[in-house]
Amino acid sequence: MSKYLKVALISAACVTGGAAPSFAADLGLGRAALPAEIAAWDKDVSPDGTGLPVGSGSVEDGEMIFSETCASCHGEFAEGVDNWPKLAGGMDTLDHEDPTKTVGSYWPYLSTTFDYVRRSMPFGAAQTISDDDVYAMVAYILYSNDLVEEDFVLSQDNFLEVEMPNADGFIIDDRPQTEYSQFTSDTACYDNCKDSVEITMRAAVLDVTPEETSSPAPALAPAAVVETAPQEPAVEVAPLEPVDIVASFDADLAAKGEKVFKKCKACHQVGEDAKNKTGPILNGVIGAPIAHVDGFKYSKDFLAAKEQGRMWDEALLAEFLAKPKAVFKRTKMSFAGLKKDSEIASVIEYLKSVSQ
Amino acid sequence: MSDTSHDPKQGPVPSRRAFLRGAAATGAGLAAGGAAAQNAPDPLITQVQDWASGTGDGVDATPYGMPIEFESDVIRRNVEWLTADTISSINFTPIHALDGTITPQGCAFERHHSGAIELRKEDYRLMIHGLVDTPLVFTYADLERFPRVNKTFFLECAANTGMEWAGAQLNGAQFTHGMIHNMEYSGVSLRTLLDEAGLTSAGDFKDKWIYVEGADASSNGRSIPLEKALDDVMIAFKANGEALRKEHGYPVRLVVPGWEGNLWVKWLRRIEVTAQAIESREETSKYTDTLEDGTARKWTWVMDAKSVVTSPSPQAPITHGKGPLVVTGLAWSGRGAITGVDVTIDGGKTWQKARLAAAGQPMALTRFYLDIDWDGSEMFVQSRCHDDTGYVQPTKNQLRDVRGLNSVYHNNCIQTWWVKETGEAENVEVS
Repeated sequence: MSKYLKVALISAACVTGGAAPSFAADLGLGRAALPAEIAAWDKDVSPDGTGLPVGSGSVEDGEMIFSETCASCHGEFAEGVDNWPKLAGGMDTLDHEDPTKTVGSYWPYLSTTFDYVRRSMPFGAAQTISDDDVYAMVAYILYSNDLVEEDFVLSQDNFLEVEMPNADGFIIDDRPQTEYSQFTSDTACYDNCKDSVEITMRAAVLDVTPEETSSPAPALAPAAVVETAPQEPAVEVAPLEPVDIVASFDADLAAKGEKVFKKCKACHQVGEDAKNKTGPILNGVIGAPIAHVDGFKYSKDFLAAKEQGRMWDEALLAEFLAKPKAVFKRTKMSFAGLKKDSEIASVIEYLKSVSQ
Repeated sequence: MSDTSHDPKQGPVPSRRAFLRGAAATGAGLAAGGAAAQNAPDPLITQVQDWASGTGDGVDATPYGMPIEFESDVIRRNVEWLTADTISSINFTPIHALDGTITPQGCAFERHHSGAIELRKEDYRLMIHGLVDTPLVFTYADLERFPRVNKTFFLECAANTGMEWAGAQLNGAQFTHGMIHNMEYSGVSLRTLLDEAGLTSAGDFKDKWIYVEGADASSNGRSIPLEKALDDVMIAFKANGEALRKEHGYPVRLVVPGWEGNLWVKWLRRIEVTAQAIESREETSKYTDTLEDGTARKWTWVMDAKSVVTSPSPQAPITHGKGPLVVTGLAWSGRGAITGVDVTIDGGKTWQKARLAAAGQPMALTRFYLDIDWDGSEMFVQSRCHDDTGYVQPTKNQLRDVRGLNSVYHNNCIQTWWVKETGEAENVEVS
């Protein structure tokens, strides 16, 4: 009986609402969080440095880590690849048309960069970077924004000394003062509100609305919707048999390739439980027809190559991995390419090992 | 934005193909309009149809049903060029094809920062810590034992209509206004959970915050004033009567009524009571609003009153010709209840009051209708809503006058559809 009384009390507290001091409801649900559990999840870092871990990292180290881990999307100089975020540049553009908002030009607090890199990056492999490496990566991002010198070392001790250019660039929501006072119902006009109405801009001129493979059917004509719109790709391709071109295999080289493959892992999965992510599954890619993975939305260039019956042999893959866009101009892969031939060879060897 | 290159008589119309197909299929209806006389008997009536003679599916054909195949076009759609990648991206609710106010989960828009994860109830943990008397960990089963609430709210992404700041861009209500859904949530008041952990350690609530974080790899985290958290924020595990969908944060998400969607953290795993805002990426570099002089507004959480005509619209053209026409749409306000919606068909020269399908509910979608006798001439259709704070939805130019052209989020302007004599509609801006 007492249990129900407690519940009734809590309900009463809820309906009173407001910011009245609350009291422990004490349903006795849940259990105490252990310090180790809180430490494992409580990674956020505040503008005043609360939450910063002990550690340090240099611009020099950061450059190497950035090149390995971040550059495939953010560019070697943090300038951004394709639609991926630019992290550097854009200084003094905030009052321009289409401002460039980067860590240097826009972000008000350095803590945000540290916090975000440590908890959420790299894309596809979050929370795998050591605290020292996070300091180094943040140091390099500062350097790429010309905010520190090349010999700079960032640590928990000098963290708050770094000045962010746009620290004072924010105001708290002022819509109540600037907008709500003028957008009021009593100003709404109902008759003779304007003399003429002219079109000043049309969406059809821009023509950026996605085309439908199956066009939307008119909503008000149910009788017309008798055909079932096919969703299959337009091109029908006979299944191609993988060619057995995996003749030789070097296990040591493949082991090296597995390490290089870390760069690829943000977008590509391999192995038994692999799923298509930003990039397709790469199981059995060597010797397979181009664009062979079901359910992945390939670029038009890949689909054209598929239609021509082209295959991923080692030579083509080596060429592609060196400079993807030189082989398929419109590939969706934003990765700029592997610089060393030895890396390319080892990754190809590794991919042979995940062939099925 | 007047520009001679935007000659109204030129330019392709994306919806044209779809429109023509529909118009051709309805055939005589378009030409005659209204109550067309039927000359020959309709075989759908005079001949015995298969469905009237044979049998349909048995009860176990679909243990969990999908919409019938004829509705296969009522789906979420993505605008590929908006984002680098579909894993950190957004799609859009087909509001042009829905009616009523509740959004079915299966077509309610999605926004992920690191993809929609699969998290089992058994593996779910929620931690409450920081300035609380007893830091606690709850399992999913624990959450189900707290006193429960059921409430309906809209969730709108702050970027909804954001692509339209510079000018009319995307041709369809789904794309211009589809980053919204409206569901009935079942769950626990956050206040109940915070009380369980005890807030005497928090001292004065006025300058305290909660920081909420998801379990996915993006660790999406946002700071919310403690007073809002104690006011109406919910922890939801059901939506529209059934478990949340994976893409909406199964098994548990945060519900922050009236405030921008990014705060509604999915796969909620952690609530920390703090003495300051964390100023995470999502509340500094994103979801801030750059004004003309380069300064930016932050903490612009509330979604202001907004409405849109969902039909007729570019994806929902008029296919029946002149005569009776249902003009319908949605209205909502993050600051309270919708009290009225006005509709114009002449681009704002004259406005009439639309009929609300039901009285507006606070921070939930309201459906409106205007039943007209269309004379077949072109229309410039707009809607304008009012909420119970006395606020009226502004025009795009009114917003631009205050904010300039570099804003992205919180575009709650009046939308114009140019409905042509053929019944086709296009997204335009008018003087």
